[in-house]
Amino acid sequence: MRNLFFSMIALTAIAVFTISGCNKGSGDEILIGEYGSLTGPNATFGISSTNGLKLAVEELNNAGGLLNKKVKLITYDDQGKPSEAQTVVQRLIKNDNVVAVIGEVASSNSKAGAPICQQNKIPMITPASTNPEVTAIGDYIFRVCFIDPFQATVVSKFILNTLKMKKVALLKDVKNAYSTGLADFFEKEFKNMGGEIVEVQSFSAGDKDFKAQLTSIKAKNPEAIFIPAYYTDVNLISIQAREIGLTIPLIGSDGWESEKLTEGKAKDALEGCYFSTHVSTENPDPLIQEFIKKYKAKYNSMPDAMAFLAYDAGLILFEAMKKAGTTDPEKVKNELAKIKDFSGVTGKISINEQRNAIKPAVILEIKGGQFKFKETVQP
Amino acid sequence: MTEFIQQVFNGLSLGSIYALIALGYTMIYGILRFINFAHGDVFMIGAFSGYYLGILFAFATVSGIASIGMALLIMLGAMIVTGALGFTIEKLVYKPLRKSPKLTILITAIGVSLFLEYGGQLVFGADPKSFPSLLENKPLINLSGAVIGSNPVVVLLTAGILMIGLRLIVMKTKIGTAMRAVSYNPTAASLMGININAVISFTFIIGSSLAGAAGILYGLNYPSIDPLMGILPGLKAFVAAVLGGIGNIPGAALGGMIIGLLETFVTGYISPTYRDAIAFGILILILLFKPTGLLGKKEIEKV
Repeated sequence: MRNLFFSMIALTAIAVFTISGCNKGSGDEILIGEYGSLTGPNATFGISSTNGLKLAVEELNNAGGLLNKKVKLITYDDQGKPSEAQTVVQRLIKNDNVVAVIGEVASSNSKAGAPICQQNKIPMITPASTNPEVTAIGDYIFRVCFIDPFQATVVSKFILNTLKMKKVALLKDVKNAYSTGLADFFEKEFKNMGGEIVEVQSFSAGDKDFKAQLTSIKAKNPEAIFIPAYYTDVNLISIQAREIGLTIPLIGSDGWESEKLTEGKAKDALEGCYFSTHVSTENPDPLIQEFIKKYKAKYNSMPDAMAFLAYDAGLILFEAMKKAGTTDPEKVKNELAKIKDFSGVTGKISINEQRNAIKPAVILEIKGGQFKFKETVQP
Repeated sequence: MTEFIQQVFNGLSLGSIYALIALGYTMIYGILRFINFAHGDVFMIGAFSGYYLGILFAFATVSGIASIGMALLIMLGAMIVTGALGFTIEKLVYKPLRKSPKLTILITAIGVSLFLEYGGQLVFGADPKSFPSLLENKPLINLSGAVIGSNPVVVLLTAGILMIGLRLIVMKTKIGTAMRAVSYNPTAASLMGININAVISFTFIIGSSLAGAAGILYGLNYPSIDPLMGILPGLKAFVAAVLGGIGNIPGAALGGMIIGLLETFVTGYISPTYRDAIAFGILILILLFKPTGLLGKKEIEKV
């Protein structure tokens, strides 16, 4: 019995090692890995970014591929959890032997996956993580979006200059690196520009009851509430804010970007609210409209900012590989760092010394459940 | 003052949902002396039944009084689904184990709970769904700025009516008397000709359908549901049942209200980060001084 038990363990171990060793990727394919939250509370982040990236890969392969090879994308679901993100990035690099990694949207998850890419010297490009600490992890980590100190300035300027409001309350998600980071930058920036933060309240992602916090905010009579958080929580927050008679505008950030933001009763609750993000689908720029057309043809839905950014992340990765003439991670990394004025669908991308992209932001207004263009803010 | 009134109301409507779930825990404990850890997930199934029934009936766009009828119909549907689920769980899983050690049943209950959670993720999908707005939420009362909406009032009233109904069943009907008899002494009750199996099934059906109703009320107040939504409310309702005195029905209702109010006050006036820590810390203090819970009676173990 005992012998049988040990031989079973041995067999399992052998099986695991053989399986893990065999996915080497044939010689005529370039393997690129992606990790994202395809399920879980922030599922649209992962689904949109995967869709955008798949489109980029498909177009590239249809146009003859890269370095005379086809590109193959391997996508894993991390369920929106940092611990899962670590596991799947490990798997992409160790088992699938990918030459580059793209992901994640949520900063907390990118911060979990990035150290593994850095240790293994595999370049990683995050499409939409705006927390500055993500690219600070190492010289193999890049991003194609702006960072939160800039986003905080954009929102502060918008509230003070366009909305002409001075008293703002802040509601942040303490479990989320993106939310707390952006909230801190905003608090500093808004005060510097002469605004006043009358109340800071917090919650933990996954909470369903926000009435206690909103009631405390209401008692301080702010003119608006800034909520740097993800769309699932904002959806509930907006409904409950209206339920307790809080009618002031809610202001958000790019974490709001999802068609699920205005689902259900939130459609009315968020009417006339604003958020900052990376791109507006109303922008007449032919590059943007062309992308929307292609995306709609393939997926039968409108792309959101995460799809745009993931598409661009794919494009600059291919560009860097083309310039390097190889998929050697170190050379690709060096080429990524040199990307300058590359025209992507989210605008001109230039990578700076901190491996961040310098790009404008847009403010969108929510009208009848749709996101309408309000203004562009240059860096 | 305005803020305080609003907070009290927020706490009461949250607490009434905890109370409804706690009733199921406490009833099943009263009869079988075991904690049904799958109860929070029965509550989740109730919310999802409401979600799918809402989609099913979405063709009939109704307003005004008719929407109240529709909401009641959907709640009744969810209660039937969860009642049947509770009955099935008991028959398939707990009944074969009734003579086994308590620990076995407890572990099995955790297994059922995980089965429902992750089976739910497989069937319903892991992303949160937006619960249909069964009733329009109108501002009902405006007390110098404290706005009290109609939905929280509906939640509070429905929970109250269900609890009174339960009280009547337990105290005034024949099956209620049988339940109390089984709870007091199962062996003696069966010797008196009480069908123990029927009583246990009935208890599971009632307890589970109350959890189903709680699922609908939860969806009305917090319209975002997912397969793991039952874990935390289930845990808190369990604590509420213990706080009120496990096995004691009015105790469960009282415990639920206290937890709801405590949570809301800690979040509103102290810190949301420490909400659970402080709320549960206070509970530990209460239980230190009154180990049987607020309304629980001391049980004397017979040798």
